[in-house]
Amino acid sequence: MTEGTRDRLVERGDLQALLDALRAGGYRVVGPTVRDGAIAYDSVERVEDLPAGWTDRQEPGRYRLERRDDGALFGYAVGPHAWKKLLHPPVQRLWKAVRDGDSFRVEAEVEDDAPVAFLGVRACELHAIGIQDRVLMGDRYVDSGYRARREAAFIVAIECGEAGGTCFCASMGTGPGAESGFDLALTELVAPGRHAFVVRVGSERGAHILEAVPHREASADERAAAQAVVARTASRMGRELDTRGLPELLLRNLDHPRWDEVAGRCLTCANCTMVCPTCFCTSVADGNDIADGSASRVRRWDSCFTMEFSHLHGGAVRTSAKARYRQWMTHKLATWVQQFGTSGCVGCGRCITWCPVGIDITEEARAIRATDGAKAGGGDGKS
Amino acid sequence: MENLEQVVKEHAFFRGLDPRFVALLGDCAADVRFDAGAFLFREGDPANHFYLVREGRVALEMASPHAGPHRIQTLGAGEIVGLSWFVAPYRWAYDARALEPTRAVALDALCLRGKLDEDPALGYAVLQRFVPVLIERLQATRLQMIDVYANPGAKKGARR
Amino acid sequence: MIPAEAMVPTVTRVTSARRETADTWTLELEPPGGRKAAYRPGQFNMLYAFGVGEVPISISGTARRGGGLLHTVRAAGPVSGAITGLKRGAALGVRGPYGTGWPLDEAAGGDVVLVAGGLGLAPLRPALRALLAGRERYGRVALLYGARRPEEILFRRELEDWRRRLDVEVEVTVDHAGADWHGEVGVVTALVRRAGFDAARTTAMICGPEVMMRFTVAALRQAGVDDARMHLSMERNMKCALGHCGHCQFGADFVCKEGPVLRYDRIRERLAAREI
Repeated sequence: MTEGTRDRLVERGDLQALLDALRAGGYRVVGPTVRDGAIAYDSVERVEDLPAGWTDRQEPGRYRLERRDDGALFGYAVGPHAWKKLLHPPVQRLWKAVRDGDSFRVEAEVEDDAPVAFLGVRACELHAIGIQDRVLMGDRYVDSGYRARREAAFIVAIECGEAGGTCFCASMGTGPGAESGFDLALTELVAPGRHAFVVRVGSERGAHILEAVPHREASADERAAAQAVVARTASRMGRELDTRGLPELLLRNLDHPRWDEVAGRCLTCANCTMVCPTCFCTSVADGNDIADGSASRVRRWDSCFTMEFSHLHGGAVRTSAKARYRQWMTHKLATWVQQFGTSGCVGCGRCITWCPVGIDITEEARAIRATDGAKAGGGDGKS
Repeated sequence: MENLEQVVKEHAFFRGLDPRFVALLGDCAADVRFDAGAFLFREGDPANHFYLVREGRVALEMASPHAGPHRIQTLGAGEIVGLSWFVAPYRWAYDARALEPTRAVALDALCLRGKLDEDPALGYAVLQRFVPVLIERLQATRLQMIDVYANPGAKKGARR
Repeated sequence: MIPAEAMVPTVTRVTSARRETADTWTLELEPPGGRKAAYRPGQFNMLYAFGVGEVPISISGTARRGGGLLHTVRAAGPVSGAITGLKRGAALGVRGPYGTGWPLDEAAGGDVVLVAGGLGLAPLRPALRALLAGRERYGRVALLYGARRPEEILFRRELEDWRRRLDVEVEVTVDHAGADWHGEVGVVTALVRRAGFDAARTTAMICGPEVMMRFTVAALRQAGVDDARMHLSMERNMKCALGHCGHCQFGADFVCKEGPVLRYDRIRERLAAREI
């Protein structure tokens, strides 16, 4: 759905009307802002709140914002935040238990937050949201809180005009073009003397919101320009991941010496799992309130890198850093496919950028592929 | 009078042994019975026989002054009792006690050791059967040793 | 009995609490809503002790009167310790049943060997009860059970009842014993060799500590049982039992969804690997 006779054009000057229409529609708008030297998702009311004229430089273990020489509103790749912080909150009380005579009752937490409009969802993030949908809604049990937040969320996608230094969505087939899963999709056209957005409608409610925004039909040139933006971004990916036979490759190399090598660098700090848009693991804490004698269960993000994650009968199954790194990477790129039908990775590059020691998942996969069959402790595994 | 050669040949331990060897072993064999509670041998005694159990049950035990005997393993029909007859100083390491009326073929170790020295082929055939039993008992002992069914919480002092 | 909000426990009461050994109790729970609870042998519930926490506990049977589900719990930590401390009438939370059950239908038409180690007898008890309830569907049926010491043997009365029957073989052994134990001493794997079953048509169902299950599989394989006919009940850390928290993954399988009962040929490589 990357071309259509119904593509619209919205001038940059009219973008505020989009934000206003969303707020009038009852949505809290969350979008990219500059905060603490990074692009962070936060409440946005005015177009001026967006990071106009900013871009980013991302490398393994390095992230810097830099000034652009134009006023592009979305001229950067993704920052450390992922939309999962709104759909699958880091901390969530699930229920409260209250004593009732010699028994107790459990009261499920009722959420009544205003629905959120996500402004500026990248193609890789659209896929990441779809991946989490499959995990949390697509099987026997549905996470009802996730579903409610998900159905209420209005998604304004943005096609990337810049490829980040650690991006590899092209390898993963997740971008940079936004194909589906949005209510509205924007492509920013910035050039001397012009600044506008080609807009595609992805749903009825997207169409409805757009009605309140001044727009016209996009010309053929404008549509071509939007496609050129995407093509240019696709050609400038910072990274590549060879996904051919990747799950089988990793699962037949569980004893590869590379795991020991990366374990020598990995701090098991769990940054990668926090920034990854598809990581979904959580834990629960059961607690008491001394004041009123009630109990509650709180769910919070967890990471397979922690020692407690695999705790069983007085010890952890995965104690070594090697085992924990291997678990993360083989889950993300291999067993995820068996579990949910797609790779768990969308090529956003966050894990590479935000790793304090700059471990690069594409590099690790490449190293294993290059010496497929090698065994730790010498030998090539072949008889 | 029962043909002990036949009994030896049919016992699980010697199944498939070359008939020539069965005959040699038969020369060293005797039929024995133990009442419930009787000792087949005691720790420290000279290891002059080993036993192919035909019926009944035998317990290997280690005596201890305060706690009463530790029962290490029980063995029944089809199994062998006694391994130390093969290795100097030829002394039993455990007590072996019949838990119920037990019938076995006793193989005379002195008789057998002589024949094994004379005929390496017989020696190898006997070892081929002994070593797997040794390994199996070692593995079983180790599994018993790591105490897999222990309560992991008990180590951390979790009560009740 | 899975409520709309899948993480919210249903509150029910303890109908009876029976002490099995020094650290293990069997709790019978009132069926929520008064309806007899349905489950498959091998499945588990998540039991919640108010203010303390929640743990996965295998369902170890159905009470003969009232149809409440039985849960045999060993006090091994703060939550299980709190649960085993609950008396008759006490309230606790339940979610479930979850997971896959033993392949009782698949096993029909052949021999069945159940091998239990320690607390592993708990999820196998309802399997044996089901096998005996439909006895004519199976060939030879054997239960091989290894416990730590004689005083830690579970369900002793029921074991003795089964033993007295003429159509099931029951062998019990202990790892450690003194002279006042007149039964077998030795590892449960040694019982495999002595049990009477036709390996070519046998289904094996195994539950116990992972080490014990690996050695049991080795013994059964040596006896000629096929890898695709051995089923193990696996265990991993669980926080949700819904396949959402990610903790219980064992390779590609979520022990709460694809397990806990997993076929050996599917998990063979993973069992041999370290730290999976």
